[in-house]
Amino acid sequence: MADFLYFRDDEPHDEPAVTLDAFLGQSNAGAVRVESGEDVRDLLPHLDRLRLIEVSFPAYRDGRGYSTARILREAGYTGELRAEGDVLVDQIPLMRRCGFDSFAPAADIDRAALDRALTRYDNVYQSAADDRTPVWRLRHG
Amino acid sequence: MYRYDQYDQNLVDTRVEEFRDQVERRLSGALTEDQFKPLRLMNGLYLQLHAYMLRVAIPYGTLDGRQMHMLATIARKYDRGYGHFTTRQNLQYNWIKLDDAPDILADLATVEMHAIQTSGNCIRNISSDQFAGAAADEVTDPRPWAELLRQWSSFHPEFTYLPRKFKFAVIASDEDRAAMRLHDIGIQIVERDGSFGARIFAGGGMGRTPVIGKEIKDFVPVTNLLSYLEACIRVYNRHGRRDNMYKARIKILINALGVEEYVRQVEAEYAALDKQDIDPPLAEFERIAAYFAPPAFEADAPDTVDRSDPDFALWLDQNVGQHKQPGYAMATISLKPVGGIPGDASADQMDLMADLAERYSFDELRVTHAQNIVLPHVKKADLYALWQALNQAGLAEANLDLISDIIACPGLDYCSLANARSIPIAQKIAERFADAGRQRDLGELKLKISGCINACGHHHAGHIGILGVDRKGTENYQLLLGGSGAEDVSLAKITGPGFDEAGIVDAVETVTNVYLGAREQGERFVDTYRRVGMEPFKEALYG
Amino acid sequence: MKILTGNDLGTGDVVWWTGSDWSRHIEDASDVGDQGEAIAQAEEGARRVNTPYVIDGEMTETGPRPAHIKDRIRALGPTIRPDLTLKPADPEAGNWVI
Repeated sequence: MADFLYFRDDEPHDEPAVTLDAFLGQSNAGAVRVESGEDVRDLLPHLDRLRLIEVSFPAYRDGRGYSTARILREAGYTGELRAEGDVLVDQIPLMRRCGFDSFAPAADIDRAALDRALTRYDNVYQSAADDRTPVWRLRHG
Repeated sequence: MYRYDQYDQNLVDTRVEEFRDQVERRLSGALTEDQFKPLRLMNGLYLQLHAYMLRVAIPYGTLDGRQMHMLATIARKYDRGYGHFTTRQNLQYNWIKLDDAPDILADLATVEMHAIQTSGNCIRNISSDQFAGAAADEVTDPRPWAELLRQWSSFHPEFTYLPRKFKFAVIASDEDRAAMRLHDIGIQIVERDGSFGARIFAGGGMGRTPVIGKEIKDFVPVTNLLSYLEACIRVYNRHGRRDNMYKARIKILINALGVEEYVRQVEAEYAALDKQDIDPPLAEFERIAAYFAPPAFEADAPDTVDRSDPDFALWLDQNVGQHKQPGYAMATISLKPVGGIPGDASADQMDLMADLAERYSFDELRVTHAQNIVLPHVKKADLYALWQALNQAGLAEANLDLISDIIACPGLDYCSLANARSIPIAQKIAERFADAGRQRDLGELKLKISGCINACGHHHAGHIGILGVDRKGTENYQLLLGGSGAEDVSLAKITGPGFDEAGIVDAVETVTNVYLGAREQGERFVDTYRRVGMEPFKEALYG
Repeated sequence: MKILTGNDLGTGDVVWWTGSDWSRHIEDASDVGDQGEAIAQAEEGARRVNTPYVIDGEMTETGPRPAHIKDRIRALGPTIRPDLTLKPADPEAGNWVI
C-alpha cells in the first residue's frame, strides 16, 4: 500500500468500507465508500452513525469528489473523510479546504513537496469547509 | 481601478512561488508531463507549435499604464518583442521558455498582474464591457462585480477540477459589447427599485456546439451572488459530463436537463448553501466599488471637437464613442492595420499606448474582445493630439467594427489545436477591402475567423464567419453568415461547401456584393441577411 | 519515412531526432523506421524532450519534409512572421510549407 496521510486527532478508522448501495440496503456499517458519480446526499439521513466516508478519485481530473466533500461537511458530518485514488500533491491543499482529512493516494506522495504545499498560502479568498478565515473577513474585522 | 491590498498581493506572490516549485519539480523529473500539464495550464502556460505560450490575465480587460509598460518589458526581455491580445481580453506571449516562466510571473506580480486560471478546467478570467465606467448607456460600472467574482473564483477549492473550462462575462447595459450570452455564465447588472442585481444567463458558449445562454434568474442582489453562483457551478461540477470532453461544457448539461430542471436543481442547492458562510458582507463590495469611482473629470471640458483635419474626422466618426461625461470620449485604438496581424502589438506600441493612457486617459486602458485597445476617458479637447500620436505610430486605423476590424485566432501559425491558418486569411481579406471608402460604405460588418472548431475566433458570432478545417491535409475554409455576439445575439449558419485560401476571399467579396445589391435604407449586412435569408447568398456563391 | 519530433522541455523549441540527438533543424531529421516509439519513450524519460511523437514524412531534394502542414509550420516557424522563422533571409521559405 502506498502512503496514507491522516490529519485528525483520533485514530484512523480501519473498518472496511461498504458500497453506497450496500450501506443503504440495510447495513449497519460505520464506513462507506462513495464512487465519484454517486449522489452523496443519499447518505445525509445516516451521517450520525458513520465514522468513515471514503470518496473515490478515479482520475485526478475528476473533480466531483470536491463537491461531495463539501456537501458532507455542510450537512454536519464530522467523521473521517478520506480521498482515495488518483490524488496528487498539488491537489491535497484544495481537498483539505473542502473537508477531507485523510488521504489514500494510489501513488506515493512527495512528502517534502506536500509539506511546502500545505503551509504555502497564508490567505484564502473563500470560506470553505475548513476553519480558515477568508480575506474579506480579515478586511472587515 | 482596483488596487491590490496586502492580501491580494500576498496571494499572487505566493502563487508565483508555488509555480516556481511546480516548474522545478517538472524539470527535476518529480512530475511527469501528464501530472504537470494541469498545473501549468492553471497558470496559463501552454505548449504550442513553436514554444511555450503564456497567457497573462487582464481582469475584465482593464489595465493601467504601469501594467502595459510591464507587458512591453516582458515582451522584450523574455519573448520576441510583441504580444497578442485575445478575444477574452488577455495577452499571450508566444515564445516563452519554461525556466523563465516563474520569473515572468514574478515580474507581473510587481505590477499586480498574474496568469492565474487563464487556462485549465476552472473558472477563467472574468471578462466585461471594454467601455465599463465610461459608456453613456450603462446602469452602473460592472467591474466591481467582476472583481468580486475574480477574487471568489481564484483558487476556489471546490471548482478547480471542473468537467471543463468555465467562462464568465459581466455587463451592465442593454447593448452587449462582451458577447455575454455566449459565455458559460453571462451576467447583466440591472436596476430594480433603486438597487442593482445580477440577471443571470447560463449555458452559452461557442466551440463545436454553439449555444446562446438562457436566462436562469432575473435578479440576484450582490450579497447573495456568490452563493447563488456556487449553487450553479456545484450542479455543473456534480452532473456535467466527464466521459467526453467535447460534451463537458455546462451548455450540454443544461440542454440535456432542460433549463427548468437545471434551475430547479440550482435552487435546491442554493437553499442548502444559503446558510453557509459564502457571501462577503456588503461592505466588501463597497470597498471594491470605491476603487472604481469615476476619475476627476473636468466639469466644464468643452464638448466640441475641431473636425477640420479630414483624416482625423474619419477616425473620430469611426473609432470614438460617446462618454457618459460631457466633454470626454472613449477612443478605440485599432490593432487591425491592413495587412497586419489582428490583436498583435509590438513592445514599442504597448509602451506608446501606455504613455498615451497616462497622458490622456487618467492612466487607464482597456482590452476589447475584438482584440483592440481602448482609452476610455479622453478629453475631447485632447482627441486631435492623441490621434496625431497614434497616426505617427501606425495605430490610427479608422476601421472599428468595419470589415477589416477582423477577429482572428492565432490559427495554425501558432496553435497546436488548429487545423488551418487564420491570420493569412484575415490579412488577405483586409487587403481586398483596403479602400477605406469601400469599407465605410459596407458599414458595420463583423468578420470573425477561427482556425478550428474550438471557435476561439468567434466565427459563430460573426456577421460573416470563417472556419478553417483540414480537408485531406490541405487548408479549407467554410463560410458562415448571420451570427452576432451582441445584444441581437444569433448563431451564424454555414453557406455550403468550403473554399480554398483564394476562394474564401472571393467568397467574402461575393456575399458583400449580394448585400450591397439587396440592402434597404439603414440596413447593416446582418440585417439584410436576416431579411432576405440565406438563399440569395448561396445562389451567388454556388450558382 | 518516419520522423520523430517534439519540443525541448526547457526552451520549448521544436526539435527533430537526428539518430543520436535532437536538432532544431528539420534538415537533420533521420528516418526512425519502427523505432520511433521506443526512442520517444527513452528520451522523454530522460527529460531531453517533451511530448515526442512520430510523424510521416518524405525525403526530398532539400531534405526531409513532414507530410502534414502542421509539422511543416513547426519546422519553419509562423508563416506570417518570416522574420521569426528559422529562415528569415529566405523570402521563398513560406512556399515550402504549403
